[in-house]
Amino acid sequence: MTGPREQFRPDDHPNEHFLLTTVVGSYPKPKWHDRARELFEDPDGDLDRGAWEKAKDDASRAIVDEHERAGIDAVTDGEMRRTEMVEYFADRIDGYERNGRVKVWGHNYFDKPSVYREVEYSDSWLVDEYEFTSDVATHPVKVPITGPYTLASWSFNEAYEDDAALAIALADLVNDEIQQLVDAGARYIQIDEAALATTPEDHAIVGECLERIVDGLPEDVYVGLHVCYGDYSRIYPEILEFPVDEFDLELNNGDYDQLEVFREPTFTKNLGFGAVDVHAAEAESVAEIKANIRRALEVVPPERLTISPDCGIKLLPREVAYAKLENMVQAAREIEAELDDGTVEATAPAPGAAD
Amino acid sequence: MVEYVSTTTGLFPLPDWAKEELTDLKGHQKADMVSGDETEEIEAVYDRARAEILSTQRAAGVDLLVEGQYRWDDMVTHVLSVNESVETTGIARYYDNNNFYRKPIVTDDLEPSGDVADELEAAAAFADGALQAVLPGPYSLAQLADDDHYGDDGEFLAALADCLAGEAEAFPDVEALTLLEPSLGVTDPDEPDRVREALETVSDAVDAPVVVYTYWGALEVDLYATVLDADVDAVGFDLVTAEESARSLVSEHGTPDSVALGVVDGQNTRVESAEEIRATVDEFVDAAGDLETVYVTANTGLFYLPTNRFEAKLEALGRATEPEVASV
Repeated sequence: MTGPREQFRPDDHPNEHFLLTTVVGSYPKPKWHDRARELFEDPDGDLDRGAWEKAKDDASRAIVDEHERAGIDAVTDGEMRRTEMVEYFADRIDGYERNGRVKVWGHNYFDKPSVYREVEYSDSWLVDEYEFTSDVATHPVKVPITGPYTLASWSFNEAYEDDAALAIALADLVNDEIQQLVDAGARYIQIDEAALATTPEDHAIVGECLERIVDGLPEDVYVGLHVCYGDYSRIYPEILEFPVDEFDLELNNGDYDQLEVFREPTFTKNLGFGAVDVHAAEAESVAEIKANIRRALEVVPPERLTISPDCGIKLLPREVAYAKLENMVQAAREIEAELDDGTVEATAPAPGAAD
Repeated sequence: MVEYVSTTTGLFPLPDWAKEELTDLKGHQKADMVSGDETEEIEAVYDRARAEILSTQRAAGVDLLVEGQYRWDDMVTHVLSVNESVETTGIARYYDNNNFYRKPIVTDDLEPSGDVADELEAAAAFADGALQAVLPGPYSLAQLADDDHYGDDGEFLAALADCLAGEAEAFPDVEALTLLEPSLGVTDPDEPDRVREALETVSDAVDAPVVVYTYWGALEVDLYATVLDADVDAVGFDLVTAEESARSLVSEHGTPDSVALGVVDGQNTRVESAEEIRATVDEFVDAAGDLETVYVTANTGLFYLPTNRFEAKLEALGRATEPEVASV
């Protein structure tokens, strides 16, 4: 079972086996782009809105190109137009407002938004971003969207009975947005639920949200769920019931300790495998990444394996981010060739084998 | 006749200007956080912020003022972060919140540092009104800190209580001392009698009324009964997260002569009206029976909030104890 994943295989793919390579979403912003933002936001700065919009377009072009040069199969624009994963969406959803920064720890703050009345969908959140990106990209484009549970958990909830009720209301809006994206041509959607696996029983809420999110989507839309930095034993195997094609998981940062969680019962979905660490400011070697991928093949067969970094890579120096992606793709291609000629074997149990 | 006193549990959000100035002066890494040896420049920012917030509380009509605990970068474990017998290490999750603190490790005999007394002295200079001291309770500190010295849970708890008592002895005159004990509502202690002794150790160190303020849940029945036996003046209830359990404890076991009622949500930007606050308080008081003093307060520290909503909540609290708001 590979679902609609085969549509992302490039026509000129060099190997019989295909390990889909992708990114989680964010990428370091070019320094000139940050400088342009400062000038645009500074009341005394001399950069007008038109120039700022062009700067974002240029940054988006540059990063799509950088992903393609690294050989990534399903690309993003590195989220050049987005600020932060909750803020960006809160600013586009009716019912949200922002009151100011709150403490996370020490002098690290977060502009935590408030839901002050029922949330409603008005203008699209990401269709412009998708249309621009797919225009400038030659590879398929993936669209990451912050999931409703994370949006709810990282907001002040003034209007709903509890965070579950808010998450479910937001899930309906995410469904509206995905319908628009699909109409615009998007076929690879990734729901980012960074807050999943941090509190007990949260998988039940996320499961209900996902049912709403995928409601009415065409069969050929490939839906992934990205989860990071949680305790996966809290959500496995319950998440196998989720109506998604792929789980994209941060695993490298914990040195693959949590990979064990997915051995029993057999992992039956596609695995987006965190093959490089996003908190280590040195690119892993091709050999090291290949060793990581071989571990993934113990859990899922190659036709269900996607290779990506652990998480968004926006906090890395740009040249390190690029080197990681380039090595990651090379490692995937080499493993594919070795699978083709039989020097690497897939050892994952077949679905149902353990049942 | 019940006396209603509006107050807070402290731990205020820094004003936005101070967030910026302090980030610039201190940085935002682990090693940049307050450890008790700030430069004069940094101290000056805290002094200005402290003066400002005392005047804001007065203007809001809050009856019992707090210093604000702006220097408490590590929230309730601040008192250990500035102690010479403590090392602060990695960043750890603060209860079930999306907040983090530096985990303190006690490595030597604990002696009081006088840090909180200094803050209160500085506040007293501006307070021009009744001042309340805030300290963590010994049990919460024991839960949040690691012991690398005493080697025995009971001894560790007693040492923390002695240290807190030493801090409290050095305080200038205050109208009340609130001991923040969230852990009592979160993790039921194995040996409640030791907790009672530890609370009494701190309580005995001051002449002012002592409030044991618990939050994020209500106490288990046996623990509540033990705390009632302790020689403290008031117990606090979180009526935002655990109103029902708090009311059932009170209906079965009664209360001390005084109570603190956490009725303003410290973790949500929705601003309660003074009337709403007062109605919740009155309902509790009617059910509880004879009470001397009712401290009307927020259920948690208030640093979770952006400053505009924090100030609006202070005003609502200040008004809630005015005679004209008394429910009809």
